[in-house]
Amino acid sequence: MTLANLIDKYGFKVLTNSNEYLSRTVTGAYACDLLSHAMAKLNMGDAWVTVHTNLNVVAVASLAEAACVIIPEDIEVEQQTISRAEEKGVVILSGSASSAEICYEILSELRKTV
Amino acid sequence: MSTKIIRDYIIPADDFAVAGEASSDVRKILSQLGVSPNILKRTSIAMYEAEINAVIHGHGGKAHVEIDENKVFIVISDEGPGIEDLELAMQEGYSTAPDSIREMGFGAGMGLSNMKKHADLLEIDTQVNKGTTVYITVYFQ
Ligand SMILES: Nc1ncnc2c1ncn2[C@@H]1O[C@H](COP(=O)(O)OP(=O)(O)OP(=O)(O)O)[C@@H](O)[C@H]1O
Ligand SMILES: [Mg+2]
Repeated sequence: MTLANLIDKYGFKVLTNSNEYLSRTVTGAYACDLLSHAMAKLNMGDAWVTVHTNLNVVAVASLAEAACVIIPEDIEVEQQTISRAEEKGVVILSGSASSAEICYEILSELRKTV
Repeated sequence: MSTKIIRDYIIPADDFAVAGEASSDVRKILSQLGVSPNILKRTSIAMYEAEINAVIHGHGGKAHVEIDENKVFIVISDEGPGIEDLELAMQEGYSTAPDSIREMGFGAGMGLSNMKKHADLLEIDTQVNKGTTVYITVYFQ
């Protein structure tokens, strides 16, 4: 599943100006709000769901090569985080569902297609 | 690659606008050299954790990085408070991070164990009131 598919299917808002990255493949989903823990456990290609919206999220997502960051529950994201994400090629999406619901949806979809 | 690549970075204290930039730059260099994704990831994790610790706990510091054909060698040093009980600090879950830092998502107490797990060699020199130096080596093979 590509990021574009994911966005279409679940109506996530794309907060970053990321058109060039929307063909990126999503291979998993991971939710964690402890940055060191996420850093260690994120797999390349995961959609990372976190409630944090600070600059460190961009650093972790980029170093761990997450496919995207998804911010749940319509939590607002600071403009400086969005700008930094654009610089680093990190795609930030936002949705109204909870972290658990978002992971459930993505993982159900991924399990269907493999 | 026959010549050594050497880089030095300043790590400012408590500045989250640049925290992680040194690690990000090293990752970019290694990626351009064609280092495997697994090595890239292990190096990124180990260096990022050390860099963030210098930002958060060490009042800032500096990073020195040497890359040759066999390995990447990273030295992150600060002149902060040092670590009183290193064995305790190495345990997963141990953290003295203040609330303001925890609110950003740090403070799981996993940084040092992440370094240990992902570096091929990890050495930590620390002295109370003098500072902390972390030496990380990751081999390419
Ligand atoms: N450079 C340093 N200077 C002083 N103390 C340090 C330094 N690095 C680590 N420590 C001490 O060791 C503890 C454990 O560090 P570790 O990186 O494992 O966890 P953390 O930084 O508290 O949380 P996390 O890395 O999971 O966000 C810290 O809370 C701090 O007390
Ligand atoms: Mg740490």
